[in-house]
Amino acid sequence: MPRSFESILYEIRESLVMALVALRTNKLRSILTLLSMSVGVFSIIAVMTAMGVMVNSIENGLSQLGANTFQVQKNQEFESDNPRDRAKLRNRKNIQHSEGILVKERASLAKIVGLEAWEGGKIITTTDGKKTNPGVSLVGEDVEGFATNDWLIGDGRLFTQDELNSGRHVAIIGTVVVQKLFAKTDPLGQTIRIDGQEYEIVGVLAEKGGMLGGNQDNFVAIPLTTFFTIYGHDRDIHIMVQSTSRETYEDCIEQVRGILRAVRHVAPGADDDFHIFSNDTLIQSFNDFSKYVRLGLLFISAVALIAAGVGIMNIMLVSVTERTREIGIRKAIGAKKKNILTQFILEAVVVSQLGGVIGILFGVIAGNIIAFMLSVPPVIPVDWTIIGFVTCSLIGIIFGVYPAWKASNLDPIEALRYE
Amino acid sequence: MNNNSVVISLQQIKKIYDMGGVEEVQALRGVSLEIQKNEYVAIMGPSGSGKSTLMNIIGCLDTPTSGLYEFNTVNVSEMNDNQLARVRNKEIGFVFQTFNLLARSDALHNVELPLIYAGVPSVDRKRMAREALEHVGLGDRIHHKPNELSGGQRQRVAVARALVNRPSILLADEPTGNLDSKTGDEIMILFEELHRQGNTIILVTHEEYIAEHAYRIIRIRDGMVESDTPVERRAKVLAAVS
Repeated sequence: MPRSFESILYEIRESLVMALVALRTNKLRSILTLLSMSVGVFSIIAVMTAMGVMVNSIENGLSQLGANTFQVQKNQEFESDNPRDRAKLRNRKNIQHSEGILVKERASLAKIVGLEAWEGGKIITTTDGKKTNPGVSLVGEDVEGFATNDWLIGDGRLFTQDELNSGRHVAIIGTVVVQKLFAKTDPLGQTIRIDGQEYEIVGVLAEKGGMLGGNQDNFVAIPLTTFFTIYGHDRDIHIMVQSTSRETYEDCIEQVRGILRAVRHVAPGADDDFHIFSNDTLIQSFNDFSKYVRLGLLFISAVALIAAGVGIMNIMLVSVTERTREIGIRKAIGAKKKNILTQFILEAVVVSQLGGVIGILFGVIAGNIIAFMLSVPPVIPVDWTIIGFVTCSLIGIIFGVYPAWKASNLDPIEALRYE
Repeated sequence: MNNNSVVISLQQIKKIYDMGGVEEVQALRGVSLEIQKNEYVAIMGPSGSGKSTLMNIIGCLDTPTSGLYEFNTVNVSEMNDNQLARVRNKEIGFVFQTFNLLARSDALHNVELPLIYAGVPSVDRKRMAREALEHVGLGDRIHHKPNELSGGQRQRVAVARALVNRPSILLADEPTGNLDSKTGDEIMILFEELHRQGNTIILVTHEEYIAEHAYRIIRIRDGMVESDTPVERRAKVLAAVS
């Protein structure tokens, strides 16, 4: 007799109810089992959520880049692990200031082009002898660079085009430097000293917060021309370009690429000898960079989940033995093999899924602690949540089948006699 | 009642247990008997007589090695596990010496269980289970768990569970074995009432006093029917019913 879909659904629902009743009546055992499941799922979800938060924080513009902006620099932001690539990268020519000026002149699709050059590891001192740690970055910036970097002036003013052109010793400082040196006084108008040069503070930047554990507020900006005078004119620079609109963004990247290939004499067909990165490529290279972390974690979690599966099988086997008499009773009053099989598999699956859901819940919370620390919106990794849930269900089925099969094949007479 | 249709028909039923290849035990050596609708029969015999094996075969928990067993004219001696489960579910109501209730489920769920396996929808099931419990006088105990009930009450729940699917026979294995004599008598009064309402009852016991509540006693010894006689002097407990 063909059975209707409805009656099968009905049967599953009944088995589910029975499984839930059985789980509720064996509370402690059920909790211990699902705990082992939770741990395995927790680790996957926590890390995947954390990764999601990172990507999100890049997308949310916590990176150096403002909206519709890309950056050209000599090398990639994360180093490649291929030694051949490394050698190739080392031999690249610096991006010259003159090349940046050419981009400014020729890139018609660009709304703003900003240029900058960096020096790391500076110590900043004040006239009254206060010092920072030697970890402050110094950036030579042109006026447009503030816009493309999405840096806002919190207090004071930006330096003027005149001050830039004439190479004046003026500085705009980040909030971390302010906290370190001018916790109690007003920094505006004060003088600071870097590498023996004195600068007058004309502005303070608004706080931007950290990204990827770094800190974007621990630096001092001076006019790019001043920077070249002190640190040399052939310094490698970054070119930051903001396109005229979202629509022209891709074309703008291609235009700038073409300009740079021409001025740097890159042969047709050869690879670029510079690196263009946008928020997209930043996410891409972050993903490449974190690939092995994720793979390793996936492997460990898989092992943990298999261990949890074996735990479930063990508990289910104990459960079958303990409930031999119950199985006998059920069979005596008309349960078919199929009924017993379904009930015990569903019990295993429900335990796994409950454990999985708890793991997912805590994993998402733990992963989002990073989001909280970076003050970016929380992330729920929907894909990994689904993968985690499906994996738990599969583990419940795979490791629940044998105990359930054992239960369904018990001889009702023997089972009823079991003490 | 003068309905003479045969519910159970056993012809030359043999059951041989293979004890590891060398030895074999003949638990039943050719049992033949018939039980009509609405009969109240006791099966008696000392331990080792084959009485339990016979009960398991009648209850479709086991199949005979040879012989023909017809239940309501259907041959059940060669049925597979699933077919037997269906017969147990629809046609046979078991009452056990040790009650065999699900310890952690309340009375209502215990009585519902056969209906779940029969595929009765939830609403009907709850109503039928409640009615069955009311029928055995436990209408006010439906949400009690077995450990909150007395022995007699537990056995009543078991009787309600046995009857809830309206089976063709009620098969009771030492139903008073774990009860004191007063509660035992109460269960026997319940059985008498059920019999008068038209149920067919098969009572397996080794106690003469209990067997005498039935109208016919089949005695088993050494795997054979030793005697099959009507009960001449029925036990006194009947007075309470009539």
